Amino acid sequence: MTAASIEGLLRELAPRVLGTLLRRHGDLPATEDAVQEALLAAALGWPDGGVPRDPKAWLVTAATRRLYDQWRSDAARRRREQAAAERVAAPAEPVPSRDDTLDLLFLCCHPALTEQSRIALTLRAVGGLSTAQIARAFLVPEDTMTRRISRAKQRIAAEGATFGALSGGERTARLAAVLHVLYLIFNEGYTATAGTELHRAELTAEAIRLAREVHRLLPGDGEAAGLLALMLLTDARTPARTTPAGDLVPLAEQDRTRWRGAELREGLDLIARTLPHSLVGAYQVQAAIAAVHAEAARADDTDWAQIAELYRLLGQLDPGPMVTLNRAVAVAMVDGPAAGLDLLSTVDIEGGLAGHHRVAAVRAHLLELSGDHAEAGRWYAEAARRTTSAPEQRYLRARADRCQEAPNQVTDSASSVGRGGAGSRSR
Amino acid sequence: MKYLLLIYSSPATWNALSQQERDRVAREHAELDAELIATGELLASEALADPSRSSAVRVRDGVAVHTDGPYAEVKEHLAGFYLVDCDTPERAREIAARIPDARICGAEVRPVMECAGMEM
Repeated sequence: MTAASIEGLLRELAPRVLGTLLRRHGDLPATEDAVQEALLAAALGWPDGGVPRDPKAWLVTAATRRLYDQWRSDAARRRREQAAAERVAAPAEPVPSRDDTLDLLFLCCHPALTEQSRIALTLRAVGGLSTAQIARAFLVPEDTMTRRISRAKQRIAAEGATFGALSGGERTARLAAVLHVLYLIFNEGYTATAGTELHRAELTAEAIRLAREVHRLLPGDGEAAGLLALMLLTDARTPARTTPAGDLVPLAEQDRTRWRGAELREGLDLIARTLPHSLVGAYQVQAAIAAVHAEAARADDTDWAQIAELYRLLGQLDPGPMVTLNRAVAVAMVDGPAAGLDLLSTVDIEGGLAGHHRVAAVRAHLLELSGDHAEAGRWYAEAARRTTSAPEQRYLRARADRCQEAPNQVTDSASSVGRGGAGSRSR
Repeated sequence: MKYLLLIYSSPATWNALSQQERDRVAREHAELDAELIATGELLASEALADPSRSSAVRVRDGVAVHTDGPYAEVKEHLAGFYLVDCDTPERAREIAARIPDARICGAEVRPVMECAGMEM
């Protein structure tokens, strides 16, 4: 077995080994450390020494031994060690074949943790990424990430959370939290531009791998399938969404031949199979929207009426100003920029997004569509001032400059529409 | 999200404090530091030397010119900073409110630009 395939095997086994130990001993802080040490020993030893016949059992044994070593060196835990040792007195206890990945994800997304702690712990305990890898991906010092992870483990221990003991209602709520964390991990990787690309790609790959695991373990859950489909359909655009210099390319201007075909097909197939058979949810609708974009060979072929309808549905399932904002763009493509601007005015009233750069950016885009380049330029410049993203700022400034150079043509003809943007579609 | 929390101070207000009050400020900084290290939110925190120790640097026609003293004469100067990484802007403001100088002079919360972005 090559070192790379051994690493893959270890990543796959990590959550199962940790699950087994947690089920026997509890004590997340100590077991997680012990499993990490066992994984490290395997990663160092197996490429030369060969992979044991039952790799999971090997890892469970190695981790258990390290756990006892740790407890033994900790005088305060002497009594506990004794109790634990008595519990596992039978030495030849078989390693259960159950898959604890889901319970482990539930534990990592415990409600007592902050969002960033859930993300870090999930990547470490379930994803098997090293603390250094996670720190690099989130651009923080490794020491900071170490603290964050150990604090999260201690917090869970202090809450007295028991592994795998959730009621039906708790499981539903916790699954939603898990899917949200995977969605955040994916976005963190996907929105990255040049420079840190390599490290961020680890995040999207890991988010997709974990979403695949959840979907495998809960094949009947529409939202788990929807999230996986959404990730696949979005990730497929990665090669086309930035220039080699790291500048963002808007959806309408992307070279669609560079979208990854295999990922698109898998995502399209998954969402098509899921929608008819499950309770519709926000991830499924977002995946359906991504699917409509994926099905258009050219930006001009986009079925905007269907997208507008899907955003209306999304607004009912998961209301929020960001959804209205996206719907305004779709409505503008169907009924014209004035209709989009009307809808946009309700976003300001709804509040929550007041002063948000996306509102200004969408307003600018719709004004540009209507031919009012002077006003569009002012709003693009306002959006550029407000964003905290450097690549978005570069894009918005370029857009503002272009509008300010273009002559004002408040007409409805397609020729007035600036090159590119969703506006390249003639009306 | 990362935020730079800027601490503003003026020699006049600082000098008007009693030694006891200044000790309390130092103690509270140490406590806040320890707490933010433990939560995994602190990326860096430093106090800055007096503005009189500054050098202003300007490069003109490829030549660097150094001037002793601060970049600009202001009543309240930058006295220190915390660089934090936290979940929400509300949390960043909550941390800023814990900076002892915030009750003496003031602190400012500035979001740090990210290198990630969403195509539109």
